[in-house]
This record gives sequence, structure tokens and C-alpha cells, in this order.
Amino acid sequence: MTEFLQQLLNGVLLGAIYALIALGYTMVYGVLRFINFAHSDVFMLGAFVAWYSVEKLGLPTQSIGGGLAALLLSMSVCAVLGVVIEKLAYKPLRQRSTLTVLITAIGVSLLIQNVAQNSRLGFGPNPKAFPALFPSQQLHFGALTVSTHQLVVLGVALSLLGVLYWIVHHTRIGTAMRALSFNATAASLVGINNDRIISFTFGLGSALAGAGGVLYAMNYPSIDPLMGTLPGLKAFVAAVLGGIGNLPGAALGGLLIGLVETFVSGTRLSTFRDAIAFGILITILLFRPAGLLGKLKIEKV
Amino acid sequence: MAFPVAQRWLLAALILAGLASAVSSSIDPYFLDGVMGVGVSVVLASSLNLINGFTGQFSLGHAGFMAVGAYTSAMLSTVVAPRLGWNPLLLQWVFFPLSLIAAGLLAAVAGLAVGAPSLRLKGDYLAIVTLGFGEIIRVVLQNMDAVGGARGLTGVPAYSNLFWTFGTAALTVYTVWALLNSTHGRGFLAVADDEVAAEAMGLDTTRYKITAFGIGSFFAGVAGGLYAHLKGYLNPGGFSFDKSIEIVVMVILGGMGRHAGVVFAAILLTLLPEGLRELGSRSVPNPFGGAPWSLDWIKEMRMILYSLMLILLMLMRPQGLFHRSERRRRGA
Repeated sequence: MTEFLQQLLNGVLLGAIYALIALGYTMVYGVLRFINFAHSDVFMLGAFVAWYSVEKLGLPTQSIGGGLAALLLSMSVCAVLGVVIEKLAYKPLRQRSTLTVLITAIGVSLLIQNVAQNSRLGFGPNPKAFPALFPSQQLHFGALTVSTHQLVVLGVALSLLGVLYWIVHHTRIGTAMRALSFNATAASLVGINNDRIISFTFGLGSALAGAGGVLYAMNYPSIDPLMGTLPGLKAFVAAVLGGIGNLPGAALGGLLIGLVETFVSGTRLSTFRDAIAFGILITILLFRPAGLLGKLKIEKV
Repeated sequence: MAFPVAQRWLLAALILAGLASAVSSSIDPYFLDGVMGVGVSVVLASSLNLINGFTGQFSLGHAGFMAVGAYTSAMLSTVVAPRLGWNPLLLQWVFFPLSLIAAGLLAAVAGLAVGAPSLRLKGDYLAIVTLGFGEIIRVVLQNMDAVGGARGLTGVPAYSNLFWTFGTAALTVYTVWALLNSTHGRGFLAVADDEVAAEAMGLDTTRYKITAFGIGSFFAGVAGGLYAHLKGYLNPGGFSFDKSIEIVVMVILGGMGRHAGVVFAAILLTLLPEGLRELGSRSVPNPFGGAPWSLDWIKEMRMILYSLMLILLMLMRPQGLFHRSERRRRGA
């Protein structure tokens, strides 16, 4: 039973991180209808900014203030980066086919990875140890062991999900985002500045990815320039699983993928855990192509 | 009818490949390796072009089918071939092509297994499912101890030569070309142009899509077999998502649904990294006198240059490098 609870906790933590990344994919898909492959690299950069802020800027480790500062710093850097990527690479392609934008996104992703792997321009190819940002301690609840870092991950992820919900549903800009994803032409007709909303969406999604990167690195404390690929793919799977373009769906999908992956890791099939996320995805797509919470659009001729 | 002309081209290409392989022992092995890699790329790009370019589907899992073929033929060559007791020449010229066909067939079966249920899905979703299958194939291979698992499969005999790589490349390009110029082939184009209209005209669009997928996967499997016997070593990591992307980029760069363009793009993109590596080991004379400037930086920058070029190309020439106008010319 303790084993089960421990795994459940680990699964929820991993799921919360996947959910944060998946939300970025889903939001961008909602407004621009394309898969932003560079998202997983923004996630990687988030972890590196936090590492940098401790190793080079000298933010204190093992402190709540320092940890929060590093988190905020990497979220802001990632937000700016997301906006810049959108302006430079995707905006000139607004009228082009989705495929063109998709390939450009892959190009941007390759560019970030290769610059990061370059030891003169970036961080170099070798993995780096990620410092303990927050005070680390093991807490015992009965037989259950919880580290303070896990609590921080859970707390930060939940609060960010809450903030996102509030932004999307209770602010003007959030309303504009929903309008844009519902019908872009109609949105611009009622005076919504589409470009500004798209920028904002990219910034918001990238900030969440950055936070996801920091939280992920706190749990798996070794970071390298290619660390984003697999979590990125799985978060993307999570977004599709929940119904791409659907925010609660992305959160649900992330949680499911995180839980399944953690429980599979505990069994004999552990080496297959990367395949299982995709197996679930394919099964879901075949029986419910729009995802768990998505609505199927009827194609009109 | 341009058929006889095309067949003459195919024959010429095959003879040329045969002649080239006869003199290959006098070619620098490093250069030879690169050139044969080009042949494999052409097979991969042309076959994906049938799916992504001509039939208008979007597959992101070509490397997965290539892996199926690579492992099939490699296993045949390492496990079955030694027990036959044939002489090496017989193995290279009789057993190897048969194993390539077996590789292609198994990859086609995998392709049909993926395609049949998932081709009902459209656009992005199909891309995601094929991406997922590609990753699953990789993970399964990683966990199969019989084929070396994550350590990889070593000791694959070097049966690939200029004749097999270029002969297969010519045959693939010809097959795709001939297929599209047949009555049946018009169906593929119709599916790409307007699926709804094609359906309204009474075409069984799903059947066309599945056929394209099956044939495309077949050649991906053959390419995998060639690749295995070219490198002599297989590793599941070599068939990751990145490899699929590489093939997709060749198709896009060549201009989706252009025969020659895609072949050129495959050649260009295979040679470019090698060329940059070569360039990086040289130096240019210093115009101000003094020590010559080393071009060493190109070596470590080449992947950055590659990705930058990809982005700039998409921004400036999204229709591909070799795209003239729409596909009108072919119809006439």
C-alpha cells in the first residue's frame, strides 16, 4: 500500500510537470493550429537558466527566496524567448501552409539544441549537475517519504495551473485568446489584435515550459541540451490525449501519462515505458480521434 | 507516352551503377562510403515522397520502417547466411538482394499494419500516429536481446556496393515515377489535390492512401537493408525521430511531389554535412599575410549552419528549392 501511495505521488508529480509543458503545446495549437516543436527546447532552456542563475549569477541554493528567484528568472527568460521565436520564425509564415510552419519549428528546435550543445556559444554537450534550489529535507508521513523538493514541485505546478486558469477565464486577454482559438477571423473583426494575442500566448506557454524545465531538473538533477526531447514528446502526447487545443484536456492528459509512466516503471515492463505513452496515444486516436475531452469538428465541404 | 524513354534511363542508370561498382576498389573508401550513403538517402526520400508529396499524407515515422527493414536483412545476413555455406560472391549477389526484398516486405507489412487503421485520420493526427509508431518500433528494438538490444547489432557483412545502392535508388525513383504516370497513379494525385472531390468521383481514397503507405514502407525497408550492410553496425538510436525528420526535410526541400527535386535534395542534404566537415579541415590563405586562417570553426558549427539554413529556406522558399510552378506540367 505504501509502495502504491509512493508511486502515486511520483506519478502525480511527473504528471504535473508534463501538464505544464502540454499546456504550452495546446495553447499554441489553439491559436495557430500547428505543433510547436521548439517547445521542448524552451523547456530545456528553462532548466539551464535556473542552473546559470545559481552557478554564474550566484543566487543562493537551498533557500526559498533564491529558488523562487531562479524560477521566476527562468520563466521570464523563456517567455521573452518564446515571443522572439514566434516573431522571427513563425510570424512571417502566418499565411503559409501548416507544413511549412511545422518544418520551420523543427528547424528552430534543431538550432536551439545545436547552439546549446556548442561549447563556445552554448553550454557544451556534457550533462551538468543541477543544484538543490530549495531547502531539501525528507519528510515522513507514516511510512510515506516525501522530499520538500517534491512538495515544491507540486505546489508550484498547481499554482501555475491555477494562475493560467484565471488568466484564460477571467481576464480580457484570456477572453481574447479563447475568441481567437474559436474563430480567428471573427476575433479580428471584433477588434482583437491577433498578433498581440499570439505573442502573448507564446510568452505564456513558454513561461510554463520554463517552469516545467526547472521543476523537472529539481526531480531529475542532471541537465543536458537534449534533455527536452523525450519529456517534450510525451507532453505533446499528453496534449493530444486530452484533446489538443483543450486546456483542461492537456492537464488531464499530462496527469494520465505521468501516472501510467510511473506505474509501468515499477513493473517488469519498465524499459518499455517510453513506448507505452505512444501506445496509449495511438489507441486513443483510433477510437476517439479528438482526444479525451476534445470535440470532433465536422468537416464541411 | 514517355514510358520507353524512362525505361531507357533506368537501364542506363543500372549499367552505370554496375560499371561504377566494378571500379569502386580504386575509389577512396571514405568518399565511397559517402556516395553510397547518398544512394540510400535517395531511396528513402523518393519513397517518402510517394506518401508525403504525391498522396498528400504526412508521415513522420519513415525511420521506423527503415529500422524494420534494416534489422530484418541484417538478421538474415548474420544468422541465416552463415548456415547456408554459400561462397561470398553468391551471398552478395544472390542472397543479399533476396534479403533486401524480404526486408522490404516486412517493412511493408509493418506499414500496412500502421496505415490501415490510422489513415482514416487526417493531417496532423496522422503525423502524430506515425511519429508514435516510429518511436515504438525503436523502443521495441532497444528491448529485443535477440537483435542486440540497446547495445546494437554488430558484424553485419558489407554487402552494399555502388551497384546495389545506386541500382536500388534508380529502381525506386523509376517505380515511383512509373506508378504515378499510370492510371492507378492518378488516384494518388487526386487524393492529394482534393480528397473530398476524389471521393465524390468514386475513388476509394483509403485504398489509395494505404497502397501509397505500403509501397513507401517497402522501399524504406529496402533502404534500411542497404544501410545495414553499408554501415556494418545497427543501433536503435540511429532510427529515432531525428532520422525521420531528416527524410521529411529532404522531401520538403526538394519540393513535395517533384521527382527530380527530391532526388537532388537527398543528394545535397547527405553530402552537405560531409562537405562542411571536409571544409572545416582546411584553411584559407590570409590576404594580409601571416598564418592562414583555419576553418576549424566550421566543424563544430556545421549542425548550427544546417538548422539555420533550414529555417531561412522555409522563410524564403517554402515551396522547396527545386519547385518551379505547381504540379501542372506533369498533367499534360
